Amino acid sequence: MTTRRPRAAIVGALAATFAAGLFALPLLGLVLRAPWREFGRQLLSPAVGDAMRLSLVSSTFAVVVAFVLGLPLAAWLASGSSAVRSVVRILVMLPIVLPPIVGGIALLLAFGRNGVVGSWLRDWFDVSLPFTTPAVCIAAAYMGVPFFVLCAEAGLRNFDRRFVQAAASLGAGPARRFFFVVVPMIAPSLTAGALLCWARALGEFCATQMFAGNLAGRTRTMPLACSVAMENEPDLAVLLGLVLAAVSAGVLLLLRHRVLVRP
Amino acid sequence: MSPRLLSCALLAVIAGCGREAVAPAPRVARVFAAASLTAVFTSLAAAFEKEHPDTKLDLHFAGTPSLVMQVQQGERPAVFASADEANMQKLVDARVLVGDPRIFASNGLAIVVRPGNPASIHRLADLATPGLKVALCGPEVPAGRYARQALGKAGVAVSSVSDEPNVKALVTKVQLGELDAGIVYRTDGHGLDGKVTLVDVAPEHDVVAKYPIAGTIDAYGADVGARFVQFVFSPVGQNILQSFGFRAR
Repeated sequence: MTTRRPRAAIVGALAATFAAGLFALPLLGLVLRAPWREFGRQLLSPAVGDAMRLSLVSSTFAVVVAFVLGLPLAAWLASGSSAVRSVVRILVMLPIVLPPIVGGIALLLAFGRNGVVGSWLRDWFDVSLPFTTPAVCIAAAYMGVPFFVLCAEAGLRNFDRRFVQAAASLGAGPARRFFFVVVPMIAPSLTAGALLCWARALGEFCATQMFAGNLAGRTRTMPLACSVAMENEPDLAVLLGLVLAAVSAGVLLLLRHRVLVRP
Repeated sequence: MSPRLLSCALLAVIAGCGREAVAPAPRVARVFAAASLTAVFTSLAAAFEKEHPDTKLDLHFAGTPSLVMQVQQGERPAVFASADEANMQKLVDARVLVGDPRIFASNGLAIVVRPGNPASIHRLADLATPGLKVALCGPEVPAGRYARQALGKAGVAVSSVSDEPNVKALVTKVQLGELDAGIVYRTDGHGLDGKVTLVDVAPEHDVVAKYPIAGTIDAYGADVGARFVQFVFSPVGQNILQSFGFRAR
């Protein structure tokens, strides 16, 4: 046995090295092929600016939806256990594991002009969502908010109810208890959820292209611009890819940061 | 897994290997073709394999720019069929082709509309009607470039609601009723009777899309690829192309 142990350690180290390489090498390819001299000029071009603005608007919208609609939903999901809650939870979590293209098709069939909800929107309000900036925002929220609900519910379930009881005994009403006792105490979960939601919304590609189309200045977000650039300006695609990779790495760093998320 | 089950599985594997060894392995060639050629090349390849049972074609369809990039990155398909000459020229410039590319078919443009043409769109100028949702392919895709050329010839300004990544995506969105119209190839209505209607673009505004084909150097299965290219130019091959709506070269 003693002679086998070093060999096992070597095999393990090799496997770990290969695994690390699998994730590090593609990024290295991106960094080495990047047109660094062009970096500033390309990033300041109006097309890239439009794509960045749309990406920021849609991903921020997703975070706002997460807090306004996702937080109450997470509170309800965490407040007990029932068959209805389980079904709703599965529905809400589905976009996390669903192939994004399926999400896009589903959004189009639901909110498109002839969709289940969309035809009603068209007949009653003369509103048509596909190929509009609001459609980009809806796709971003659809894909991002589930991450927030997941984290918020986990935070709420681990929350010690005695703090709420103590606040109630001191005369705090339900709203006051929730916003001034519960929310500050589960802030790390909410922050982590918001970051994941934002990052997923920022990277959203497939559902956006399917549901919102791909038009510069109106629905072309950073990932869509990256995909279009890959067809005729590979240098720009690499550059946009690097920006998205850097933002994603930044989110991971923030998630690890103790100030935001206590381990 | 029980030992008996395991041995059964092993036997099956061995038997499978044995059977394969009896028949000679087919000679394989890889074919890269533009997405708009998907249906017709699948049919061409089936006819070719029937004529040459000892061969097998691995068909690979994608947008022409993506395929060009893969060849530039070192992929060597035995046959490369491009949706336009501009993209093929990039491979000519890269000196990776065997001989000069040859035009094997051509195509024209059409306006794809809802079945029965409820918005009564009959010419390119009708696409500028306010309230219509019209989309084109992106200008980086051959179909999108041709569409813009045709609109330029007709002097029509269309506000596209989306630059779709390929003609198939565009046709699907018209089929679903999310778009009222788009500009695609004449061949894109093939097999979609009743789901969409195609209106040919007038000859004076039409753009002739030419499809070049060539082999790449040092390709695996180059001889099979060369035979396939010959087959595409043969009367049988040209008939298949015409049956899908392509014009003969």
